[in-house]
Amino acid sequence: MSAEPRRIAIVPAYNEERAIGRVVAELREFDPGLDVVVVSDGSVDGTAAAAAAAGAIVVRLPFNLGIGGAVQTGFRYAWEHGYDLAVRCDGDGQHVPAELPKVIKPVLDGEADIAVGSRFAGGEGYRSSASRRIGIRVLALVVSTIARQRVTDTTSGFQALNRRALELFAADYPHDYPEVEGMVMTIKHRLRLREVPVQMREREHGRSSITALRSVYYMAKVLVALFVGLFRRNVVPMEEG
Amino acid sequence: MIAAGTPLKVSIAATLASLVLLLVVFELIRSRRLRERYALLWLLTGIVLVVLSAWRGGLNTIAGWLGVRGYPPAVLFAVGLLFVILVLLHYSTVISRLSDQNVVLAQRLALLEERLNERRERRS
Repeated sequence: MSAEPRRIAIVPAYNEERAIGRVVAELREFDPGLDVVVVSDGSVDGTAAAAAAAGAIVVRLPFNLGIGGAVQTGFRYAWEHGYDLAVRCDGDGQHVPAELPKVIKPVLDGEADIAVGSRFAGGEGYRSSASRRIGIRVLALVVSTIARQRVTDTTSGFQALNRRALELFAADYPHDYPEVEGMVMTIKHRLRLREVPVQMREREHGRSSITALRSVYYMAKVLVALFVGLFRRNVVPMEEG
Repeated sequence: MIAAGTPLKVSIAATLASLVLLLVVFELIRSRRLRERYALLWLLTGIVLVVLSAWRGGLNTIAGWLGVRGYPPAVLFAVGLLFVILVLLHYSTVISRLSDQNVVLAQRLALLEERLNERRERRS
Protein backbone atom coordinates (compact mmCIF):
# COMPACT_ATOMS: atom_id res chain seq x y z
CA MET A 1 0.00 0.00 0.00
CA SER A 2 1.57 3.23 -1.12
CA ALA A 3 0.80 6.54 0.56
CA GLU A 4 -2.82 6.70 1.67
CA PRO A 5 -4.70 3.45 1.21
CA ARG A 6 -8.01 3.85 -0.59
CA ARG A 7 -10.65 3.01 1.96
CA ILE A 8 -14.36 2.46 1.97
CA ALA A 9 -17.05 1.80 4.55
CA ILE A 10 -19.68 -0.78 3.63
CA VAL A 11 -23.02 -0.25 5.34
CA PRO A 12 -25.84 -2.74 4.73
CA ALA A 13 -29.22 -1.23 5.56
CA TYR A 14 -32.75 -2.58 5.54
CA ASN A 15 -35.41 0.03 6.30
CA GLU A 16 -33.12 2.22 8.40
CA GLU A 17 -34.23 5.65 7.10
CA ARG A 18 -34.22 7.12 10.60
CA ALA A 19 -30.69 6.01 11.50
CA ILE A 20 -28.82 5.77 8.20
CA GLY A 21 -28.29 9.50 7.62
CA ARG A 22 -26.52 9.93 10.92
CA VAL A 23 -24.45 6.76 10.43
CA VAL A 24 -23.18 8.02 7.06
CA ALA A 25 -22.59 11.56 8.34
CA GLU A 26 -20.63 10.30 11.36
CA LEU A 27 -18.45 8.06 9.19
CA ARG A 28 -17.64 10.86 6.78
CA GLU A 29 -17.00 13.30 9.58
CA PHE A 30 -14.69 10.85 11.27
CA ASP A 31 -12.56 10.33 8.15
CA PRO A 32 -13.20 12.58 5.11
CA GLY A 33 -11.06 10.26 2.95
CA LEU A 34 -13.37 7.36 3.68
CA ASP A 35 -15.91 6.61 0.93
CA VAL A 36 -19.19 5.21 2.19
CA VAL A 37 -21.29 2.75 0.22
CA VAL A 38 -24.74 2.01 1.58
CA VAL A 39 -26.33 -1.19 0.30
CA SER A 40 -30.07 -0.75 0.66
CA ASP A 41 -31.33 -4.32 0.88
CA GLY A 42 -34.74 -3.98 -0.73
CA SER A 43 -35.74 -1.24 1.71
CA VAL A 44 -39.28 0.08 1.28
CA ASP A 45 -38.76 3.31 3.21
CA GLY A 46 -36.53 6.30 2.48
CA THR A 47 -33.24 4.54 3.31
CA ALA A 48 -31.64 5.05 -0.11
CA ALA A 49 -32.63 8.73 -0.30
CA ALA A 50 -31.48 9.45 3.25
CA ALA A 51 -28.13 7.77 2.61
CA ALA A 52 -27.59 9.63 -0.65
CA ALA A 53 -28.50 12.94 1.00
CA ALA A 54 -25.82 12.31 3.62
CA GLY A 55 -23.24 11.81 0.87
CA ALA A 56 -23.04 8.05 0.52
CA ILE A 57 -22.71 6.01 -2.65
CA VAL A 58 -25.97 4.06 -2.72
CA VAL A 59 -26.49 0.61 -4.19
CA ARG A 60 -30.14 -0.41 -4.21
CA LEU A 61 -30.97 -4.10 -4.34
CA PRO A 62 -34.28 -4.76 -6.13
CA PHE A 63 -35.51 -7.01 -3.32
CA ASN A 64 -34.35 -8.20 0.06
CA LEU A 65 -31.40 -10.57 -0.24
CA GLY A 66 -30.74 -10.87 3.47
CA ILE A 67 -27.71 -9.60 5.32
CA GLY A 68 -25.18 -11.91 3.63
CA GLY A 69 -26.20 -10.97 0.10
CA ALA A 70 -26.29 -7.28 0.97
CA VAL A 71 -22.87 -7.23 2.60
CA GLN A 72 -21.36 -9.24 -0.25
CA THR A 73 -22.71 -6.65 -2.70
CA GLY A 74 -20.64 -4.13 -0.77
CA PHE A 75 -17.57 -6.37 -0.82
CA ARG A 76 -17.92 -6.78 -4.60
CA TYR A 77 -18.25 -3.04 -5.04
CA ALA A 78 -15.09 -2.46 -2.98
CA TRP A 79 -13.20 -5.22 -4.79
CA GLU A 80 -14.18 -4.10 -8.29
CA HIS A 81 -13.38 -0.47 -7.55
CA GLY A 82 -9.93 -1.33 -6.26
CA TYR A 83 -10.19 -0.28 -2.62
CA ASP A 84 -7.30 -1.35 -0.38
CA LEU A 85 -9.21 -1.37 2.87
CA ALA A 86 -12.87 -1.90 3.66
CA VAL A 87 -14.67 -1.51 6.94
CA ARG A 88 -18.09 -2.92 7.54
CA CYS A 89 -20.56 -1.18 9.84
CA ASP A 90 -24.21 -1.85 10.51
CA GLY A 91 -26.76 0.68 9.30
CA ASP A 92 -28.60 0.95 12.61
CA GLY A 93 -26.02 3.04 14.43
CA GLN A 94 -24.72 0.43 16.90
CA HIS A 95 -21.18 0.70 15.56
CA VAL A 96 -19.47 3.90 16.69
CA PRO A 97 -17.06 5.54 14.21
CA ALA A 98 -14.86 6.65 17.13
CA GLU A 99 -14.03 2.96 17.67
CA LEU A 100 -13.01 2.48 14.02
CA PRO A 101 -9.26 3.11 14.51
CA LYS A 102 -9.04 0.12 16.87
CA VAL A 103 -10.62 -2.15 14.25
CA ILE A 104 -8.60 -0.76 11.34
CA LYS A 105 -5.20 -0.75 13.05
CA PRO A 106 -4.28 -4.48 12.85
CA VAL A 107 -5.19 -4.51 9.16
CA LEU A 108 -3.33 -1.28 8.36
CA ASP A 109 -0.26 -2.55 10.23
CA GLY A 110 -0.35 -5.72 8.14
CA GLU A 111 -0.89 -7.91 11.22
CA ALA A 112 -4.27 -9.26 10.16
CA ASP A 113 -6.32 -9.71 6.99
CA ILE A 114 -9.56 -9.29 8.91
CA ALA A 115 -10.06 -7.54 12.21
CA VAL A 116 -13.34 -7.96 14.06
CA GLY A 117 -14.60 -5.59 16.73
CA SER A 118 -15.76 -7.67 19.70
CA ARG A 119 -18.25 -6.56 22.31
CA PHE A 120 -17.08 -9.19 24.75
CA ALA A 121 -13.29 -9.32 24.39
CA GLY A 122 -12.84 -6.37 26.73
CA GLY A 123 -15.50 -7.51 29.16
CA GLU A 124 -17.20 -4.14 29.12
CA GLY A 125 -20.94 -3.80 29.47
CA TYR A 126 -23.15 -4.98 26.67
CA ARG A 127 -26.62 -6.01 27.74
CA SER A 128 -28.33 -8.95 26.13
CA SER A 129 -30.98 -11.54 26.97
CA ALA A 130 -29.96 -14.80 28.68
CA SER A 131 -30.88 -17.02 25.72
CA ARG A 132 -28.86 -14.87 23.38
CA ARG A 133 -25.88 -14.93 25.72
CA ILE A 134 -25.95 -18.74 25.78
CA GLY A 135 -26.14 -18.84 21.98
CA ILE A 136 -23.24 -16.42 21.73
CA ARG A 137 -21.18 -18.55 24.15
CA VAL A 138 -21.86 -21.78 22.26
CA LEU A 139 -20.96 -20.25 18.90
CA ALA A 140 -17.82 -18.66 20.34
CA LEU A 141 -16.76 -22.05 21.75
CA VAL A 142 -17.41 -23.89 18.47
CA VAL A 143 -15.63 -21.31 16.33
CA SER A 144 -12.70 -21.04 18.76
CA THR A 145 -12.26 -24.80 18.62
CA ILE A 146 -12.32 -24.92 14.82
CA ALA A 147 -10.08 -21.86 14.52
CA ARG A 148 -7.68 -22.95 17.29
CA GLN A 149 -7.76 -19.31 18.29
CA ARG A 150 -9.83 -17.61 20.97
CA VAL A 151 -12.85 -15.83 19.55
CA THR A 152 -15.47 -14.13 21.73
CA ASP A 153 -17.90 -12.36 19.40
CA THR A 154 -18.89 -14.43 16.37
CA THR A 155 -21.81 -12.26 15.29
CA SER A 156 -20.09 -8.89 15.14
CA GLY A 157 -20.58 -7.01 11.87
CA PHE A 158 -17.98 -4.40 12.86
CA GLN A 159 -15.01 -5.49 10.76
CA ALA A 160 -12.05 -4.25 8.76
CA LEU A 161 -10.74 -6.17 5.74
CA ASN A 162 -7.74 -5.85 3.47
CA ARG A 163 -7.72 -6.73 -0.23
CA ARG A 164 -6.94 -10.39 0.33
CA ALA A 165 -10.01 -10.76 2.50
CA LEU A 166 -12.12 -8.72 0.08
CA GLU A 167 -11.06 -11.04 -2.74
CA LEU A 168 -12.26 -14.08 -0.81
CA PHE A 169 -15.58 -12.63 0.30
CA ALA A 170 -16.33 -11.01 -3.07
CA ALA A 171 -16.11 -14.51 -4.53
CA ASP A 172 -17.97 -16.35 -1.79
CA TYR A 173 -19.83 -15.16 1.26
CA PRO A 174 -22.32 -17.06 3.43
CA HIS A 175 -26.00 -16.13 3.17
CA ASP A 176 -28.30 -15.92 6.14
CA TYR A 177 -26.17 -15.07 9.16
CA PRO A 178 -22.78 -14.68 7.57
CA GLU A 179 -20.46 -13.49 10.35
CA VAL A 180 -20.02 -16.85 12.08
CA GLU A 181 -19.40 -18.82 8.90
CA GLY A 182 -17.29 -15.96 7.56
CA MET A 183 -14.92 -16.40 10.51
CA VAL A 184 -14.50 -20.09 9.80
CA MET A 185 -13.98 -19.40 6.08
CA THR A 186 -11.30 -16.88 7.01
CA ILE A 187 -9.42 -19.47 9.04
CA LYS A 188 -9.87 -22.22 6.45
CA HIS A 189 -8.36 -20.01 3.76
CA ARG A 190 -5.43 -19.25 6.06
CA LEU A 191 -6.21 -15.59 6.36
CA ARG A 192 -5.20 -13.95 9.61
CA LEU A 193 -8.11 -13.08 11.89
CA ARG A 194 -7.77 -10.70 14.80
CA GLU A 195 -10.35 -9.72 17.39
CA VAL A 196 -10.17 -6.32 19.02
CA PRO A 197 -12.27 -5.16 21.96
CA VAL A 198 -14.66 -2.34 21.09
CA GLN A 199 -17.70 -0.72 22.61
CA MET A 200 -20.98 -0.66 20.78
CA ARG A 201 -24.07 1.46 21.23
CA GLU A 202 -27.44 0.01 21.98
CA ARG A 203 -29.55 -0.21 18.83
CA GLU A 204 -31.31 3.07 18.16
CA HIS A 205 -34.23 1.92 16.05
CA GLY A 206 -35.67 -1.43 15.13
CA ARG A 207 -34.77 -4.79 16.62
CA SER A 208 -32.08 -7.34 16.00
CA SER A 209 -32.83 -9.60 13.07
CA ILE A 210 -32.49 -12.57 15.44
CA THR A 211 -35.72 -13.00 17.41
CA ALA A 212 -36.20 -15.57 20.17
CA LEU A 213 -38.29 -17.91 18.04
CA ARG A 214 -35.80 -17.90 15.22
CA SER A 215 -32.76 -18.59 17.32
CA VAL A 216 -33.21 -22.37 17.40
CA TYR A 217 -33.47 -22.47 13.61
CA TYR A 218 -30.51 -20.10 13.46
CA MET A 219 -28.32 -22.27 15.70
CA ALA A 220 -29.24 -25.44 13.80
CA LYS A 221 -28.48 -23.83 10.46
CA VAL A 222 -25.20 -22.33 11.57
CA LEU A 223 -23.99 -25.52 13.24
CA VAL A 224 -24.83 -27.57 10.12
CA ALA A 225 -23.11 -24.98 7.96
CA LEU A 226 -20.02 -24.94 10.17
CA PHE A 227 -19.84 -28.72 10.26
CA VAL A 228 -20.28 -29.18 6.51
CA GLY A 229 -17.99 -26.23 5.86
CA LEU A 230 -15.13 -28.21 7.36
CA PHE A 231 -15.39 -30.75 4.55
CA ARG A 232 -15.60 -28.22 1.76
CA ARG A 233 -12.96 -27.44 -0.79
CA ASN A 234 -11.65 -23.89 -0.78
CA VAL A 235 -13.10 -21.32 -3.16
CA VAL A 236 -11.30 -20.17 -6.28
CA PRO A 237 -11.14 -16.38 -6.12
CA MET A 238 -12.74 -14.21 -8.82
CA GLU A 239 -10.78 -12.44 -11.46
CA GLU A 240 -10.18 -8.79 -10.81
CA GLY A 241 -12.94 -6.69 -12.36
CA MET B 1 -46.12 -60.51 22.12
CA ILE B 2 -49.57 -59.08 21.57
CA ALA B 3 -48.98 -56.77 18.62
CA ALA B 4 -46.77 -57.83 15.71
CA GLY B 5 -43.17 -56.56 15.87
CA THR B 6 -40.98 -55.06 13.15
CA PRO B 7 -39.17 -57.70 11.06
CA LEU B 8 -35.38 -57.41 11.42
CA LYS B 9 -34.81 -57.29 7.66
CA VAL B 10 -37.18 -54.35 7.33
CA SER B 11 -35.31 -52.47 10.05
CA ILE B 12 -31.95 -53.09 8.42
CA ALA B 13 -33.12 -52.12 4.94
CA ALA B 14 -34.90 -48.99 6.19
CA THR B 15 -31.88 -47.92 8.27
CA LEU B 16 -29.54 -48.34 5.31
CA ALA B 17 -31.88 -46.41 3.01
CA SER B 18 -32.19 -43.51 5.48
CA LEU B 19 -28.42 -43.42 5.97
CA VAL B 20 -27.95 -43.22 2.20
CA LEU B 21 -30.41 -40.31 2.13
CA LEU B 22 -28.42 -38.51 4.84
CA LEU B 23 -25.14 -39.12 3.02
CA VAL B 24 -26.52 -37.82 -0.27
CA VAL B 25 -27.85 -34.67 1.42
CA PHE B 26 -24.51 -34.14 3.16
CA GLU B 27 -22.60 -34.51 -0.11
CA LEU B 28 -24.97 -32.09 -1.87
CA ILE B 29 -24.37 -29.44 0.79
CA ARG B 30 -20.63 -30.05 0.75
CA SER B 31 -20.40 -29.62 -3.01
CA ARG B 32 -22.56 -26.46 -2.77
CA ARG B 33 -25.42 -27.85 -4.82
CA LEU B 34 -27.80 -27.56 -1.87
CA ARG B 35 -27.94 -24.62 0.50
CA GLU B 36 -28.14 -25.24 4.23
CA ARG B 37 -31.37 -23.26 4.32
CA TYR B 38 -33.10 -25.82 2.10
CA ALA B 39 -31.22 -28.80 3.52
CA LEU B 40 -32.37 -28.55 7.13
CA LEU B 41 -35.74 -30.16 6.43
CA TRP B 42 -34.06 -32.99 4.49
CA LEU B 43 -31.57 -33.57 7.30
CA LEU B 44 -34.41 -33.68 9.81
CA THR B 45 -36.26 -36.19 7.59
CA GLY B 46 -33.18 -38.39 7.36
CA ILE B 47 -32.46 -38.28 11.09
CA VAL B 48 -36.05 -39.08 12.09
CA LEU B 49 -36.18 -41.98 9.62
CA VAL B 50 -32.83 -43.38 10.80
CA VAL B 51 -33.95 -43.26 14.42
CA LEU B 52 -37.32 -44.87 13.75
CA SER B 53 -35.78 -47.55 11.52
CA ALA B 54 -32.95 -48.54 13.82
CA TRP B 55 -34.79 -48.24 17.13
CA ARG B 56 -37.20 -51.15 16.74
CA GLY B 57 -38.73 -50.90 20.20
CA GLY B 58 -39.52 -47.24 19.61
CA LEU B 59 -41.22 -47.93 16.29
CA ASN B 60 -43.34 -50.70 17.83
CA THR B 61 -44.33 -48.44 20.75
CA ILE B 62 -45.30 -45.55 18.48
CA ALA B 63 -47.25 -47.97 16.26
CA GLY B 64 -49.08 -49.09 19.42
CA TRP B 65 -49.95 -45.49 20.35
CA LEU B 66 -51.29 -44.85 16.87
CA GLY B 67 -53.34 -48.04 16.92
CA VAL B 68 -51.35 -49.68 14.13
CA ARG B 69 -51.72 -53.30 15.22
CA GLY B 70 -50.82 -55.40 12.24
CA TYR B 71 -47.61 -54.04 10.79
CA PRO B 72 -45.53 -51.44 12.72
CA PRO B 73 -43.29 -50.45 9.74
CA ALA B 74 -46.41 -48.81 8.26
CA VAL B 75 -45.56 -45.96 10.66
CA LEU B 76 -42.32 -45.48 8.71
CA PHE B 77 -44.34 -44.92 5.54
CA ALA B 78 -46.63 -42.47 7.31
CA VAL B 79 -43.75 -40.47 8.81
CA GLY B 80 -41.84 -40.50 5.51
CA LEU B 81 -44.92 -39.31 3.65
CA LEU B 82 -45.54 -36.56 6.21
CA PHE B 83 -42.01 -35.22 5.72
CA VAL B 84 -42.28 -35.41 1.93
CA ILE B 85 -45.45 -33.31 2.13
CA LEU B 86 -43.67 -30.77 4.37
CA VAL B 87 -40.72 -30.54 1.97
CA LEU B 88 -43.04 -30.09 -1.03
CA LEU B 89 -45.03 -27.40 0.73
CA HIS B 90 -41.80 -25.65 1.64
CA TYR B 91 -40.67 -25.78 -1.97
CA SER B 92 -43.97 -24.35 -3.16
CA THR B 93 -43.40 -21.28 -1.00
CA VAL B 94 -39.81 -21.02 -2.21
CA ILE B 95 -40.87 -21.21 -5.87
CA SER B 96 -43.55 -18.57 -5.32
CA ARG B 97 -41.01 -16.21 -3.83
CA LEU B 98 -38.52 -16.89 -6.63
CA SER B 99 -41.04 -16.19 -9.37
CA ASP B 100 -42.08 -12.91 -7.71
CA GLN B 101 -38.43 -11.89 -7.53
CA ASN B 102 -37.88 -12.95 -11.13
CA VAL B 103 -40.59 -10.54 -12.26
CA VAL B 104 -38.99 -7.71 -10.29
CA LEU B 105 -35.57 -8.51 -11.78
CA ALA B 106 -36.87 -8.57 -15.36
CA GLN B 107 -38.66 -5.25 -14.87
CA ARG B 108 -35.65 -3.62 -13.28
CA LEU B 109 -33.39 -4.89 -16.07
CA ALA B 110 -35.74 -3.66 -18.83
CA LEU B 111 -36.02 -0.22 -17.23
CA LEU B 112 -32.24 0.04 -16.86
CA GLU B 113 -31.73 -0.98 -20.48
CA GLU B 114 -34.20 1.66 -21.62
CA ARG B 115 -32.43 4.31 -19.56
CA LEU B 116 -29.05 3.26 -20.99
CA ASN B 117 -30.35 3.40 -24.59
CA GLU B 118 -31.89 6.80 -24.03
CA ARG B 119 -28.60 8.14 -22.71
CA ARG B 120 -26.65 6.62 -25.61
CA GLU B 121 -29.01 8.17 -28.19
CA ARG B 122 -28.81 11.57 -26.57
CA ARG B 123 -25.01 11.43 -26.76
CA SER B 124 -24.85 10.49 -30.46
